[in-house]
Amino acid sequence: MPETCIYIARSSAIAARALAGEMMVMNSADSTFFTLNEVATTIFQAADGRTPLREIVRDRVCEQFDIDPEQAQADAEQFVAELSGHGILLVSNQPLAPETP
Amino acid sequence: MSLMSEVGQKAFNLGVPLAVHMDVTYRCNERCVHCYLDHDDHGEMTTAEIKDVLDQLAEAGVFFITFSGGEVLMRRDFFEIVEYARRLMFNVKIKTNAVMIHEEEARRIRELGVDTIQISVYSHRPEVHDAITKLPHSFERTVKAIRFLREQGLRVTIANVLMTANSSDHSGVQELAAELGVHYTLDPTITPMMDGDTSILSLRIPGDELKEIFRNPTLVGNPEEFCAPPKPPSEEDLEGYSCSAGHSFCYISPYGDVFPCVQFPLPTGNIRQQKFLDIWNFSPQMKEVRSIQAKDLTVCSSCSHVSSCTRCPGLAYMEGSMRGPSTADCEKSFYRTGIPTANMLRQGLSKPRTMSGNTTPLVQIRPIAVPA
Repeated sequence: MPETCIYIARSSAIAARALAGEMMVMNSADSTFFTLNEVATTIFQAADGRTPLREIVRDRVCEQFDIDPEQAQADAEQFVAELSGHGILLVSNQPLAPETP
Repeated sequence: MSLMSEVGQKAFNLGVPLAVHMDVTYRCNERCVHCYLDHDDHGEMTTAEIKDVLDQLAEAGVFFITFSGGEVLMRRDFFEIVEYARRLMFNVKIKTNAVMIHEEEARRIRELGVDTIQISVYSHRPEVHDAITKLPHSFERTVKAIRFLREQGLRVTIANVLMTANSSDHSGVQELAAELGVHYTLDPTITPMMDGDTSILSLRIPGDELKEIFRNPTLVGNPEEFCAPPKPPSEEDLEGYSCSAGHSFCYISPYGDVFPCVQFPLPTGNIRQQKFLDIWNFSPQMKEVRSIQAKDLTVCSSCSHVSSCTRCPGLAYMEGSMRGPSTADCEKSFYRTGIPTANMLRQGLSKPRTMSGNTTPLVQIRPIAVPA
């Protein structure tokens, strides 16, 4: 059975800015505020709606941070689920059009 | 420490301008009696110039941007500016009198993902509010706009500036805020006009009324705690800084002038002549502001209030020295705790002079001349 592709895109409702290598993210809908570590920041910055999560993990995360691919994929999926629950990331099994305010 | 405070401290320590207040215009459709601005347009930045500034601010690491004025909606391009800022992923707050906000504008603000809209309401009594704004029916229009914004699910804060004309109305405004489902903040600070005219300081509420406000639990939380005598300053207190002005915060005027804060009219450079980061990093004035620790303050370093005073370096600067005392804050410290400040003691005062009697020459905010 073919693997399901996960596509992720940043919500247009958020504000985000890097501060000393970590990403600050705020959801304007409820003012929840997060800071993302370097690995999470890499995934967040690559969330263009067109690149499958597995590809982001393989080409960006594993490449930059020397992490075990399976572990990285599991962590990334957990991270994506969490941020999607807070409305920060949009998740789909189809490519997503980037949201703009 | 909350995550937000941690991030604020990190930006402060790194010298990153985390937050910027940008007035996009000084023009206004109200003529509030206490307003410190000159409402004529002396050459506001164009849409393209503001977009360029926003690009530079994003690059500099600015996360929070507050658009204010004047009345922001006097600019026909205001939504274009907000949209551009949101595309750059700023957290956007807007300060407005809201009289030009109808259903369509409220919907647009929600679509743009604006974080908070702060709206000035002076009284729950229309005649008092309208007498302060000098715009007939402004109360009705502002409250209607708040309802439109709330219908869109937006976060709104009512800012209640207190002065002599409305000093007894804060409870009524608080009730109105609760009825509208919005936040409420109170500010008893009236600042001198940009041209140095101090006459509007006579609108400041008298000290005795300030004392009552500081003992009102609905405004200050726990009055015992809020009005407690100051603790003796620690070494750490004396090595501390007044506020984030010039450290992780600054102000940009509609003419591109950069200041440490909206209440700190020390010109540090103009964004039409220099890059924002060059002003932020290399302006001698910014560096001077950043260098001042509590122990360097000429009078306040020996004051018993030094660790808890809300001393505003901008107001102190307007009184003559950014290292000197800010009389308005001395007054607040005294009426909060009943303990005279060092500034009062050196003048032999047992209670503060009324601010309306302050005739100290004031520094003025003026557009920096830009070569044609």
